[in-house]
Amino acid sequence: MAKAPKGIWKVIGASSAGTLIEWYDFYIFGSLAAVISTKFFPQDNPTAAFLSTLATFAAGFVVRPFGALVFGRLGDMIGRKYTFMLTLILMGGATFLIGCIPSYETIGFWAPLLVLLLRLLQGLALGGEYGGAATYVAEHAPVNRRGYWTAWIQTTASTGLLFSLIVILITRKSLTAESFDAWGWRVPFWISILMVAISYLIRKGMHESPEFAKAKKEGTLTKNPLKESFGNRYNLKYVLLALFGAAMGQGVIFYTSQFYTQSYLGKVCGLDASQTDSILAIAILVGSPFFVVFGALSDKIGRKAVLLSGMALAVLLYRPVFNEMFQLTQTSTKGTEVQIDTKTSESINANGDKTVKFETLKTFADGTVQTTDSSVVNHIQTQKADTKVSQTVRLNTADEWKMIGYLFVLVLFVTITYGPIAAFLVEMFPVNIRYTSMSLPYHIGNGIFGGLMPTVAVYLVSKSKEAGDPQFYLEGLWYPIILSAICFVIGLIYINSKRNKSIS
Amino acid sequence: MNKLKRFLGIAWMILTILFAYYCIGVFGIPKLASGKQDDLVFGIVILFVLTPIIVGGLGTFAYYCLIGEYDDEKA
Repeated sequence: MAKAPKGIWKVIGASSAGTLIEWYDFYIFGSLAAVISTKFFPQDNPTAAFLSTLATFAAGFVVRPFGALVFGRLGDMIGRKYTFMLTLILMGGATFLIGCIPSYETIGFWAPLLVLLLRLLQGLALGGEYGGAATYVAEHAPVNRRGYWTAWIQTTASTGLLFSLIVILITRKSLTAESFDAWGWRVPFWISILMVAISYLIRKGMHESPEFAKAKKEGTLTKNPLKESFGNRYNLKYVLLALFGAAMGQGVIFYTSQFYTQSYLGKVCGLDASQTDSILAIAILVGSPFFVVFGALSDKIGRKAVLLSGMALAVLLYRPVFNEMFQLTQTSTKGTEVQIDTKTSESINANGDKTVKFETLKTFADGTVQTTDSSVVNHIQTQKADTKVSQTVRLNTADEWKMIGYLFVLVLFVTITYGPIAAFLVEMFPVNIRYTSMSLPYHIGNGIFGGLMPTVAVYLVSKSKEAGDPQFYLEGLWYPIILSAICFVIGLIYINSKRNKSIS
Repeated sequence: MNKLKRFLGIAWMILTILFAYYCIGVFGIPKLASGKQDDLVFGIVILFVLTPIIVGGLGTFAYYCLIGEYDDEKA
């Protein structure tokens, strides 16, 4: 293996640490969506509250392309280093403030409004961050090893999610369920400010990228990167190709495998929340090194071959893998019930409303445990009774490992497509418009096509369930399958690998 | 290869029209008009976010394919 260029690890470290924190900041909101929906959105309709959270999450995604334009332009004009320091501070500040907002019960509609505004700021910052970090690393790396070196940046999108799950898991375990629900969920947001401060200090000492510094010295920087990128047909056609031939498919695969799975296991399969988190965390931990493996492989066999094979695998295997995951959580296949425990508790609130809670634990022959929580609230004033029932399943150890295996396969699809994408996009555009031109398709592909995936999938699943479709649980997958298939064909026919090499 | 690239431009154009029909006619407007909160959010997202990107972006891509912008000699 060739010797690493001098100082490259420092560049990777500084870029990755900041990008990891940005992803962490971005993900804790999604990972805590269920809690956040009860704190900041009207609780009359739980589905609406959940969807509102997803929509706010999507709002964070939808503005990402605007962040790409604003900060991409800055990055191509004043430099990569200063731009991605600015995005870091913006992201950290917004995350910390989300953790400080009083709940809907305290300040009414100001709560969801402020959350939405800060979420939009997060989206803007993320839109500027990734392109800067990827460009900065790629411009330090030798041309024939760009896939390998930029893949380290790619790992942060998964490790950021992993990190957020671990922090949430530790916070949950350290507190009682009541304390976590009352204030503990804010802790992961507050932690962010410390990490941002550390990352800022590391990045402050870095130099500008050599390619950008050279272009600046030679006076070849463009005065209007937006016009040059999107007003020039020659560049625009490659921006469109980068979007529809690579980033769109990669984006939906990323969010299906790493984000929709959380919602799928929890809401569709009814898997216990903490088991879902730990399963996902292990699968991501085991899968993350493969970003670097496939990034390095793209240096050898080409970015196009690696990217497209990941898309083809996802198109062919999504339905079978998700079907197996669903079947694994169904208690009808778990044998006979060997033990049933029931607990009942009663409470009366200040208004005199009486709540009766029933918790039934069914243990099956193979060790699977099904928990049914039901509560009946009798309202004194209206003489009405509200009944709520929820059911979760906790898998036995053998099935838990099977589930980890399935999730690992899904994470592998992510690593195949996401590992080489930064190098692929960087090589598509010349240095003077690189930050702007690569950021926009990346963030439309990931932020819009990918970020909307959970919302669209939840909607498709609920609609087909209402329509009585026996395979309703797989219907949400049509969205990533169709988009990945289109992206695969466009990439296969139109991407010209030789042209990308000559640009870089 | 150039002929295939141009010919597929027609397919992308048809796909753009199909997407536009589904985004506006099937998902967008009916959901906005349904009055349900979850449908409203979904309708807004589809109509004002996905539709412009798919129709504008994919439509332009299809047009460039048709006029030979992606021909090998223009790379």
